[in-house]
Amino acid sequence: MFARFTSLQNSLLDEFWRLQQEMEELPGDGLSFSGGIRPLPRGSFPAINVVRTPEEMQVYLFAPGRDPKKLDISIQQGVLTRSGERQIPIDEKATYYRQERFGGEFRRAISLGEDVEAELVEAKYRDGIVQIRLHRRESAKPRQIEIRREGGDTSWPRTLRRLPGGNP
Amino acid sequence: MATNTTAVAGRESLTAAPQQRGRATESAIRAPVDIFEDSESITLAADMPGVPKDRLDVRVDGNTLLLEGTVQFELPEQAEALYADVRSTVYRRSFVLSRELEAEKVQANPRDGVLTVRIPKRLELRPRKIEVQGP
Repeated sequence: MFARFTSLQNSLLDEFWRLQQEMEELPGDGLSFSGGIRPLPRGSFPAINVVRTPEEMQVYLFAPGRDPKKLDISIQQGVLTRSGERQIPIDEKATYYRQERFGGEFRRAISLGEDVEAELVEAKYRDGIVQIRLHRRESAKPRQIEIRREGGDTSWPRTLRRLPGGNP
Repeated sequence: MATNTTAVAGRESLTAAPQQRGRATESAIRAPVDIFEDSESITLAADMPGVPKDRLDVRVDGNTLLLEGTVQFELPEQAEALYADVRSTVYRRSFVLSRELEAEKVQANPRDGVLTVRIPKRLELRPRKIEVQGP
């Protein structure tokens, strides 16, 4: 038990170190995706990557050592949720020096936005990576947004204009 | 024995608590590992998701054990990354082996993105049960 506790602290430090290292390696963060309102803490399990092509959205789940049938993946309203439990068998007679690998239950959700079709999903598992392919909606193509100004007043924005003697 | 516990240029000791390390120069991912020891061997399990068997490199060089793996990605053309936890395709980790381990008998077994490496201890150096005789 104590071994697990102390190694947990160690693994947190290791994780911090690793993340710091990875952040420093970024040649400018060109990624435009934040997962919406659901923040994605770095280093949580399973790690995910999301890529987009003109036709598809592809999600890669890094779930090493898992029986893919025990991984529960669902998509609803553009939010992809995956949950499950990663069981790492512990040898009670052995002495543990490091336990950096994630073990236990997990649940993560990521918002893929409105432009994925929930019904069309293909998922593959290979060497510890789950690849999920979702088709994009036709209506999700980039479109121009027109900004209209109300009224004939040219001062803008209206709400910041103070009326003389009146209410702000 | 003191030399075994000193991390040299990014190498880590198998059995000592992790030390503050120098910054690795490569942009490789530090694969998380579990390390445990029983009476016959030291076993190491490393998470390397996406690495197939033929892209694994497990090497013993002198007293250094090197684990390296390259992710095999089939990214489509015109793919644009929206979000990425994993930003490198290379996992790397190296450890210093102590002398009681039989480096020439290292067994590596990759399965579903987890690499398990077992290093047996030398027979003559395995712990023996000492009988305590009472009065």
